Amino acid sequence: MAEVGTVNRLGFNRQEYTGSPSTLCNGCGHDSITNHIITALYEIGADPYTFAKMSGIGCSSKTPAYFLSKSHGFNAVHGRMPSVSTGAKLANHELTMLAVSGDGDTASIGIGQFCHLIRRNVRMIYVIENNGVYGLTKGQFSATADTGSKQKDGTINELETIDCCELAITLGCTFVARSFSGDKKQMVPLLKAAMSHDGTALLDVISPCVTFNDHEGSSKSYAHVRETDTPLHEIGYVPSYEETVADYAEGSETDIRFPDGSTIRLKKLDHDYNPKNKVEAVAMLEESRKKGILTTGLIFVDTARKDFNATLHMVDTPLIRLSDAELRPSRETLSRIVESYR
Amino acid sequence: MIEAVRRTVVNDMTIQVATVNGSGSQSANNILLKSFFRMGIPVGGKNLFPSNIQGLPTWYTIRVNHRGYVGRKAQLDFLVAMNPNTAKEDYHQVVPGGVIICDSEWTIDPADRRDDVAWYPVPFAQLCKDNVENAKLRRLLTNMIYVGVVAELLGIDNEILDAALRDQFASKAKVVESNRKMIELGKDFVRKNLAKKDPFRVEKMNANGNKILIDGNSASALGCVFGGCTVVAWYPITPSSSLPESVIDFLNQHRKDEATGKNRFAVVQAEDEIAALGMVIGAGWAGARAMTSTSGPGISLMSEFVGLGYFAEIPAVIFDVQRVGPSTGLPTRTAQGDVLKVVTLSHGDTKHVALFPGSVQECFEMGWRAFDLADRLQTPVFVLTDLDLGMNNWMADPFEYPDKPLDRGKVLDADAIKRLGKFERYRDVDGDAVGWRTLPGTRHPAAAYFTRGSGHNEKALYTERGDDYVHLMDRLARKHQTAAQLVPAPVESSDSGAQIGVIAYGSTDSPMAECRDQLREKGIRSSYLRIRAFPFTRAVRAFIEKFERIYVIEQNRDGQMLALLRIEYPELATRLRSVRHYDGLPIDARFMSDHVIEQEHSSKKELIHG
Repeated sequence: MAEVGTVNRLGFNRQEYTGSPSTLCNGCGHDSITNHIITALYEIGADPYTFAKMSGIGCSSKTPAYFLSKSHGFNAVHGRMPSVSTGAKLANHELTMLAVSGDGDTASIGIGQFCHLIRRNVRMIYVIENNGVYGLTKGQFSATADTGSKQKDGTINELETIDCCELAITLGCTFVARSFSGDKKQMVPLLKAAMSHDGTALLDVISPCVTFNDHEGSSKSYAHVRETDTPLHEIGYVPSYEETVADYAEGSETDIRFPDGSTIRLKKLDHDYNPKNKVEAVAMLEESRKKGILTTGLIFVDTARKDFNATLHMVDTPLIRLSDAELRPSRETLSRIVESYR
Repeated sequence: MIEAVRRTVVNDMTIQVATVNGSGSQSANNILLKSFFRMGIPVGGKNLFPSNIQGLPTWYTIRVNHRGYVGRKAQLDFLVAMNPNTAKEDYHQVVPGGVIICDSEWTIDPADRRDDVAWYPVPFAQLCKDNVENAKLRRLLTNMIYVGVVAELLGIDNEILDAALRDQFASKAKVVESNRKMIELGKDFVRKNLAKKDPFRVEKMNANGNKILIDGNSASALGCVFGGCTVVAWYPITPSSSLPESVIDFLNQHRKDEATGKNRFAVVQAEDEIAALGMVIGAGWAGARAMTSTSGPGISLMSEFVGLGYFAEIPAVIFDVQRVGPSTGLPTRTAQGDVLKVVTLSHGDTKHVALFPGSVQECFEMGWRAFDLADRLQTPVFVLTDLDLGMNNWMADPFEYPDKPLDRGKVLDADAIKRLGKFERYRDVDGDAVGWRTLPGTRHPAAAYFTRGSGHNEKALYTERGDDYVHLMDRLARKHQTAAQLVPAPVESSDSGAQIGVIAYGSTDSPMAECRDQLREKGIRSSYLRIRAFPFTRAVRAFIEKFERIYVIEQNRDGQMLALLRIEYPELATRLRSVRHYDGLPIDARFMSDHVIEQEHSSKKELIHG
């Protein structure tokens, strides 16, 4: 935690990145994520005036009010945050889109928009605050509830679970990570890297619901997540304005460089894992599901694919800054067009 | 009958070509349409097509009329029967004294062999077989034979016909040549084998002046481009698709950065209509001019985002090219059936701004004006056309260049906030019920606000307080009154001796002049008001107040505009009567006048007996 009076490279203290007080339950995983977001923004020296905070509907979607009070926010309709974000990013590509969604918002009502957002590779940070349960409507299972997980009233989920990371990888997502709201050390560098990524950066963060899904038998309780959390690697982030120094033994670390010059450094734990291999990533997730463990870390990354604005061959000037003369063709042009209909 | 044959009918006929969908008759029909148009004769073309790619019947109707009546006419004078599957029925659509052209090899049932029309059998298949080697091309080229036959029988000007042919196939000399050959075959056959037995002729006249011929969807698309639209998000649906597709064509031609060849626009074919409008809302929120285009089924899906746009006050432009509903309905037939749905779209209390272009000129003009209105009012604005207006070709005066610069509405930048010292997103500071907004990315600590579809106060903070909600909803109702000052006023065509009023909107305008002439012939004089927007302006009420009986003529089952007028003017409700046409074909003048006359007669009877 930064000391009072400490400021980052932009001269902002940590307070500048906060928002209004949370109205979520005490101990909610989402509040920890909010803190990690604030920390990442502060440490990286993010410019709050370039951010757009996007969300849908649900407990998770309320959280953009709790950070970056100097940035515009948009609490869209349920499951439709991806389309609104896409439109905003096309209108002004200088905006840094920071989106927060939930498992209901993403994997049920919004799964169509989620899939198509990824397919387009719209540049944005997409955080799923995943607790496997509908909180605001008092505890119904969501589509990410694990098979066999128990609801508070004892009901067992007998349906297959949707793994948003696995789905995203198969749809061509270019940055896929999984983390746990209680793991600040892992989440903060992942968030920073997500901000450097030129495409859709997905962070599926298991974030226990203290009120409706923290009991015994729930696979998304604090106790169960702590017990089964298996990190793939240790993660460090080196921003573009700092030099990366190779000070590690050959083979023990992997550096991934982002187009903005920053680097994410993955330090090997007990086995090799290559986050650039799609097939390996999917196999790993299937294996984790079978074993009933929660594998966390940077699961897949592809820094080569173009983002959506580039795919659409758009000009460098944000569309909202084009002049009237650039937007409305001339009187002569209209005459010429009209002439062709005679 | 015999008299009719002797008489010559010049520049007044309805021609119908009955073909099979996917047979390539569109080029042939366009050449005929353009030839009449360039001969200076008022003309209108309507395509009646199935929801199908290939094989089902299609009809194309061309109305030629020297008085300028180019709306649909139900009675057919001149049939070109190219589809054996519908021929039996087609033969009986022709009026006595009319013309039937069909393949001479077809066997015609004696019951269908009408003796009150002029028959012209032409060996289409044989001519094609003898003259076209490539079997694939035969079917396409058969159509050109009927162009030649019709041209010869009616006396279409040769040079004009040939120029229309060249235009149709642009610069493809070989294609022009092979099609020209077929047209000549048709003409030659008529000259050598057929004696003219019908009264119909066309002659050059000068009624079209400076006019152009264009479909409504292209005109709307041009409106979007000249309205400064930069973000287009859409989902394919008939009869809307050609609108965004035309926008894309025009943008590619006229909105590129010349130095880099890059796009000063973004087009997204969305995954559905929900996402399409979501992108438009996102872009509008960020400060771009954005549009989507759809038809009824898409409108139903957009309900959710339209409510958000209304409540959170975000500009958006939505074109609804109406087709027959409910549900999938008749996807390739026309209607004005979305009026009530659109103006109150979404759950909760909403009232939306809707524009009703009545011509292709207005598709263009309301097209660009819609963006100004959306920005000025910070709300979704609908432009309601229909399949008839959108997909058919219409004559129009050349489009006028926008008479004012883009109006981006009330947007505060960082300097303005610095000057003002504070910013509250939803406060009505000017008394017009429209607040000031800031765009994301504005570099001032007071600029940011949170946009939400949940309850919010003037500072855009979350609230569930009843008084905050009432305050907000009342302001939105007042904003609707502001809209009434800004939307296009109705157009009135008065007759000082009028006994009745007539109200219509959109494409129902096209047969209105003819309808009113028919009424006048029967001794009924009328004044006509064409509504061009919702909310209604003062002039609408003033018009209704002038007459005891006002006929609201529209193309839906339930009289949706009638209902809306009755809601807005309950004290005048009993003056309003209704004429409704809803078989999916464009409304025609005779239907309109017949129904008005019938109701006029029964009200007279009521007066006498009541």
